[in-house]
Amino acid sequence: MPLEFRDPARAAALRDALARATARVGRERVSLMHVCGSHEQAIAKFGLRAAFPPALDVIMGPGCPVCVTDQPEIDEAVALAAQGVRIATYGDMVRVPGTAGSLADAQARGARIDVVYSVAQAVEIARATTEPFVFFATGFETTAVATAAVLIGGVPPNFSVLSAHKYIPPVMEIVAEMPGTRVEGFLAAGHAATITGSATFEPFVERHALPVVVAGFEPLDILAALVKLVELVGRGEAAVVNMFPRCVTREGNVNAQRQLWTVFEPIGGRWRGIAHVPNGNLRLRDAWAAVDARRRFTIDAASLWRQAPSSLVRQCICGHIMAGIASPADCALFGAACVPDSPVGACMVSSEGTCRIWHEYGGVPDLRGAACPS
Amino acid sequence: MSVVGGVDVDRVLLKHGAGGRAMRRLISETFLAAFATDPPERAGLLGVSAMDDGGAVRLGDRWLVMTTDSHVIQPAFFPGGDIGRLAIAGTVNDLAMMGATEILGLTCGVVIEEGFPRADLERIAASMRAACAEASATVIAGDTKVMGVREVDGIVINTSGVGLTRRLIRDCGLRAGDRIIVTGTIGDHGMAVMASRHGLQLDSDLRSDVAPLAALIRGAIEASPDGITAMKDPTRGGVAGALHEMASKSGVGIEIVDAALPVRPAVRGVSELVGVDPLFAANEGKAVIGVRRESADAVLRALRAHPLGRDAAIVGACVADHSGTVILDTGFGRRLVAEPDGDLLPRIC
Repeated sequence: MPLEFRDPARAAALRDALARATARVGRERVSLMHVCGSHEQAIAKFGLRAAFPPALDVIMGPGCPVCVTDQPEIDEAVALAAQGVRIATYGDMVRVPGTAGSLADAQARGARIDVVYSVAQAVEIARATTEPFVFFATGFETTAVATAAVLIGGVPPNFSVLSAHKYIPPVMEIVAEMPGTRVEGFLAAGHAATITGSATFEPFVERHALPVVVAGFEPLDILAALVKLVELVGRGEAAVVNMFPRCVTREGNVNAQRQLWTVFEPIGGRWRGIAHVPNGNLRLRDAWAAVDARRRFTIDAASLWRQAPSSLVRQCICGHIMAGIASPADCALFGAACVPDSPVGACMVSSEGTCRIWHEYGGVPDLRGAACPS
Repeated sequence: MSVVGGVDVDRVLLKHGAGGRAMRRLISETFLAAFATDPPERAGLLGVSAMDDGGAVRLGDRWLVMTTDSHVIQPAFFPGGDIGRLAIAGTVNDLAMMGATEILGLTCGVVIEEGFPRADLERIAASMRAACAEASATVIAGDTKVMGVREVDGIVINTSGVGLTRRLIRDCGLRAGDRIIVTGTIGDHGMAVMASRHGLQLDSDLRSDVAPLAALIRGAIEASPDGITAMKDPTRGGVAGALHEMASKSGVGIEIVDAALPVRPAVRGVSELVGVDPLFAANEGKAVIGVRRESADAVLRALRAHPLGRDAAIVGACVADHSGTVILDTGFGRRLVAEPDGDLLPRIC
């Protein structure tokens, strides 16, 4: 029998179970957080928030890699491009505004920017030329593994990496401790856990006494994981539960982890709009200095900082949205001055950004209580 | 350049032709200001301010409906049709959506780029003739211009049409309780053109639905002469765009059920592949019809009796709440359907 991922009858049973589990918690509000753009996409696309019990809040945390890339990191890429270095990066990164414009703006002024779908594609382009070539590497540990594998495999001499890779587990600690969030449990992203293994969350659970449930991306995956998470909250049980066992193991992909930590080491760094996150960034180890753009080039990003950000940018609340203490509905710019065609903040640029996702699915995702036609 | 609400207001952009919010704004700020008319009840004339599929003039106990449409599409020949069939169907359908299924005559203006193959022109003319026959319509006047290389891209065809109806059907007549019918599978045209433009070699049943609907709609109206409250052809902006326009002009909310929407498997497949919801993809041979609850079954039966309406389905209903919005029941939960804005794919009809 084929696996049936989109069975509304099973969804209805899970919705009832979620309502019962939430009622058993017996509090006015239960706040859970997921940290993944793909989870938010599925929740929005399938209208799941309307199916959640009124007392349950499912908040999107800092789960969009494009969005959490800090402005000074964008500035570094823009400055390198302005210095005549050819830059390759993922599509959404080209449009994210830095302090003084985006890579797209740099391109309009004559810089060479290549949009790639993978780091391997960037290496191919670099091989075909002798000009200095930098891959602006963004994304969480899942994407960082690909960068590491390609570096280990060998790259042409003109190729180097500007790492803005980020590591999710440390930021969960920050968000869990933020006064405004009141998060009682985390839904962890199944694809990242495929690599890191569910065990990666065990120290977090121990330190913060909060449950973590690893979830897949089909609507039934998400509903089932939420039922489990609310049950854990209700019992006051801090544990890691893997609800995505068809892909995720406790140990994860050990080979990929070895490659990741061979090339990268965790280092503290800022996540855009959120905070300085200890161990939240991934830096190339000293052994890889030869392919580290920060050590190969003198990057004069500070030259860009003479230009103040526009007044619109100062009104953007991306940081609060990613920290889970505000929603796009709280932003005066959302859907008016800030739309996908002319985004003010990164959350409206990326297809994994909360604002972009909400905009795509009608802007107001929560239809709990709206009347049904007979 | 000055930017307001995400739009460069100094220049016309492709998104201004995409059938969404930006297009309505451009039209209302330029042409509506120039050609505003009294409400039709007073003037006996339905003008551009209604922003309906066509205009209408009262003639005794009937309405003379007029419409015009310019057609540009790349490629000019696509799976399931060509620009000639599109040009006839586009105008016939705009007339039919207002109830005018009796077509008095069409006009055809063609602008051709120097060097355009004669054989292609003849194929287009033959295709127009065939589409006219299906709609019991004839082109009774025309105009031909040739422009230099790159002064026009291949061929542009404008068609106008006039038709008669006893009862004018508008896109603003929905009332709470009305049922929403789509006359067949959705997204076929948009996805077929998209696949052919991207060179995707996919399923053979991925074909444009381009077809004149006069006969199909005549049958539906005859089945329940007063039962149809609103009608619109979901071209650019797709079914989502048509529903949004009908909901906001009518002052009702529309709730549709995902599982009830007829979508071909091939369209579903391309949709997942390219990340475009079939609700937003263009149709050129479908209608979205609002029907009084008690007439819904009769209209549905009449539609299904016609080959072009075989897959017709009741997909939702109108509600008094949340006026001007469209809500989708996904089977897992409920969410709003966004109003299309901008071009999924420019130059598609």
